[in-house]
Amino acid sequence: MRVPMTEYLLIDLDTERWICRVCAHDFGDARGNYKEGTLVYDRDPQEIHPPVIDPEKYEFTFSPDPTFCRILEFYCPSCGTQIEAEYLPPGHPPTVDMLWDIDSLREKWVAHGGNPEEVVNYGPGENAEADLSARFDSVAPHAHSRQNEGH
Amino acid sequence: MTLTTDKFVPTSGNDDASQLLTDQEQQWVDQFMDETTLFLGPDPAIMRTHEIMPRTAYEEECIAQGIDPLEVDRIRKRLAGALDEAFEMCESMGAAPGAKWADLSCAVYTAEGDVTYLSNRGVIAFSAVLHHPIRYIMKNWKDEPTVGINPGDGFFHNDSRFGMVHNTDQSMLVPVMRDGIIIAWVGATIHEGENGACEPGGMPSGSESPFDDGLRASPIKIVEKGHLRRDLLTFLQHSTRDPKLMLADIKVKMGATRRIMDTVDRLIDEVGQETFVASLRVTVEDVETEVRRRIAELPDGTVTFNQFVDSTLKENILIKFACKITVKGERMIIDLTGTGPEILNRALNSPLASTKSFMSQAVLSYWWPDLPRSTGALSPIEIITEEHTWADAGYDAPVGQSLQASFRGFSALQSAFAKMQFSSPQKYSNVVAPWFNQINDFLWGGTTQNGEQVGNLCADLNGMGGGAKAFRDGENAVAPLFCAMADLGEQEVMEEEVPFLQLVSKRLVRDNQGFGKFRGGMGYEMMVASRGTPSWGFMTVTSGSKFSSVPGMFGGYGCPTYPLAMVKNINIYDIIKKDPSQFNLSMERVMNEQPFEGGDYQSGHMGLQFDVAKEGELYMIAQGAGGGYGDVLERDPELVVTDLELDRISAHVATNIYGVVWEPDTFVVHEEETIRLRAQMRQDRISRGKPYKEFVAEFVQEEPPKDLLYFGSWGQDNDEELLATHWGKIEPERVKGKIKDLPLIMVPDRRVLKISKLEARVRELEQKYGEETVHKS
Repeated sequence: MRVPMTEYLLIDLDTERWICRVCAHDFGDARGNYKEGTLVYDRDPQEIHPPVIDPEKYEFTFSPDPTFCRILEFYCPSCGTQIEAEYLPPGHPPTVDMLWDIDSLREKWVAHGGNPEEVVNYGPGENAEADLSARFDSVAPHAHSRQNEGH
Repeated sequence: MTLTTDKFVPTSGNDDASQLLTDQEQQWVDQFMDETTLFLGPDPAIMRTHEIMPRTAYEEECIAQGIDPLEVDRIRKRLAGALDEAFEMCESMGAAPGAKWADLSCAVYTAEGDVTYLSNRGVIAFSAVLHHPIRYIMKNWKDEPTVGINPGDGFFHNDSRFGMVHNTDQSMLVPVMRDGIIIAWVGATIHEGENGACEPGGMPSGSESPFDDGLRASPIKIVEKGHLRRDLLTFLQHSTRDPKLMLADIKVKMGATRRIMDTVDRLIDEVGQETFVASLRVTVEDVETEVRRRIAELPDGTVTFNQFVDSTLKENILIKFACKITVKGERMIIDLTGTGPEILNRALNSPLASTKSFMSQAVLSYWWPDLPRSTGALSPIEIITEEHTWADAGYDAPVGQSLQASFRGFSALQSAFAKMQFSSPQKYSNVVAPWFNQINDFLWGGTTQNGEQVGNLCADLNGMGGGAKAFRDGENAVAPLFCAMADLGEQEVMEEEVPFLQLVSKRLVRDNQGFGKFRGGMGYEMMVASRGTPSWGFMTVTSGSKFSSVPGMFGGYGCPTYPLAMVKNINIYDIIKKDPSQFNLSMERVMNEQPFEGGDYQSGHMGLQFDVAKEGELYMIAQGAGGGYGDVLERDPELVVTDLELDRISAHVATNIYGVVWEPDTFVVHEEETIRLRAQMRQDRISRGKPYKEFVAEFVQEEPPKDLLYFGSWGQDNDEELLATHWGKIEPERVKGKIKDLPLIMVPDRRVLKISKLEARVRELEQKYGEETVHKS
């Protein structure tokens, strides 16, 4: 049983591994930090957020100051998908952003009885169509929306 | 200081049993302390708790008579109707600019102050914090012979140390009484703006002590048995720059609460007092029960979301707002340990209650917006903070621009929830990237064209960009984080009341978006210049000029940073009168081309203290964008070229961020080339990315860069150890320790620092060129 935990990460409850939803790359122990299985790049934020006013003339330009702010880009080593982009001061340890209780997760899904890849959704609303099945599977994609409409 | 007497604990340090007081002696001590209380300040027993109160004996009695859920629902709907009506009254009649744009809310409370229901529109946080002053009134004024509570009374307060989002808001709290007993409260709160602070407009970024924060009204009985007390009203009017505003809106709030009271009176006549009281109480309890159930639906685990704020609003620093949220069964624990210390002479600190009020905002508007808006929503959530951090400021810290910290309380919860709820099959709101969270807006003050003294702010505060959703782009300039249905106001109407024009208004700034598979909602630029006034000035009160205020979600990017741009020493009205073609204004053109001769072109961070604006001088800022969602290389190329065609993104972004190839003349996407380019960009990522452990070994440092004025924990392994920058002498030094061990943090006057630097340079040059000058101190 695989549970979509983010847009690009599944937890395989059978193997207890973090898995790339795009290409099935194994990021490591689901009880640990998925980032340990990623490739990381220290991005100068000015490459992402270009200045609107002339940096030759002005200190403040719409572009972050690279001495204050870096963007850590976390990539899947196999397919190159950008899984996370974290804004941090230079030299600050990357945040361990998610740690899950796998036993409890398994209990909840066993009690639920459904296939997480089919029932996990983006929330209410008729436009909130979600297909969170593993993209690396050959099964035909399916789309579904939240059952409790109206918000 | 000892704020109250009821928690007094002898501190002799002698535990000799012979020193213990007998019951009689303790009674004498208690009586003595009660009779000789020097000052009833904010009460920690009230201010540090957010849980609903236990049932009173009377509530037990009422509930014991039986609960009919359908009747409770009917009562709740009637109350909702009354609150919405009162809301409309405040919006239509309120004199405060904020009132006209929905920056207010109305609510009904239990006798002990728990919010039972709020108006559907308006600011949830406003009403969600008012259980504190009601509890203060019940504890201190109910049985106080010189005050007391009677039918027709109304209490006013604005000081956030007693429970308020910030000091610019003012409340009216009115008891519902039967046979001398208080059975409920009704209330209205409006963002009034002007409050007599050191700068006009009520949110002073320049505040350096609590006494710079303006009016410090603890809960006072401004209305006595239906009559507005003229002596207190005069005092309040005299304490601010806008006496007419004070009078008008106290009357508006009296009218609004009277309207709610009419419905409450009719309801009690119809259903009976006991049923009414029981329905208020069970609503609060039911919400709490439902929140526990919904917490249990979330996966057990811990999500961490740290934020870094780059300004005191006077100088650039980096201060952390740490947040770990742990779910275990029905328990949720929000832990802010690691958050930086308060800065005792800067305006960015927030009282704990204000920080929590924005957590309520996140829970009730972004997590579970279908719940009745009640104190019960936050009540079961455990919140750990350290007093004297900037999110839990002490009594002596200025809080004039407390939104800097309290909005981060909102963002911590709103942003973390995408990860907390993602795997849950039952959701009550959409998966969404971070909402913009700064007050990118002009505050203003001075003398109007009508000869009145005013101080307030523009409605552009309400134009924050929405975070991208998991299935669509964020909406541009859609709503502030604190009010889902706020209005941007009519610019022409405002210009009849204030002496400045928005020469550019509501035009989206190119590339001002959080890039992603779905991009964040964009922000627009604002350009203002005063006209026809003897004295006027502008302020800005925002951080995020060096460090992006919000990140993206699941690979998406955050917002850019935002500068303040000014052109001083010109009169734009004279310029465009002579040459109308110069009306082609944008921040980009004006600042880059510098087209106005003699103009002094400046950019700065967005903490501008009151700056005298001579006629026609230009002030320019941009509203912020929401975070992007998902990998940019998954964005539909058609959406990319649509933004490109509309000049919402640059060709640089379309190519280098989104990896799209298109035909320049027709904006037709070259599909194959786009696929090739994106495949290459993915390969480039794999080539340049380093394995995590190797990366960490190279990137992570023991401490922040030496020159960074840093505050907060470093990493997350030891959040109790805080780093801070301390100016024991002129040069700053880095100190470390637990919050209780850190020295008091005061930032020196930046002008003093600049003068010292310039003096040193003068001496250096004198020495270099052999000029002998005697410097007398």
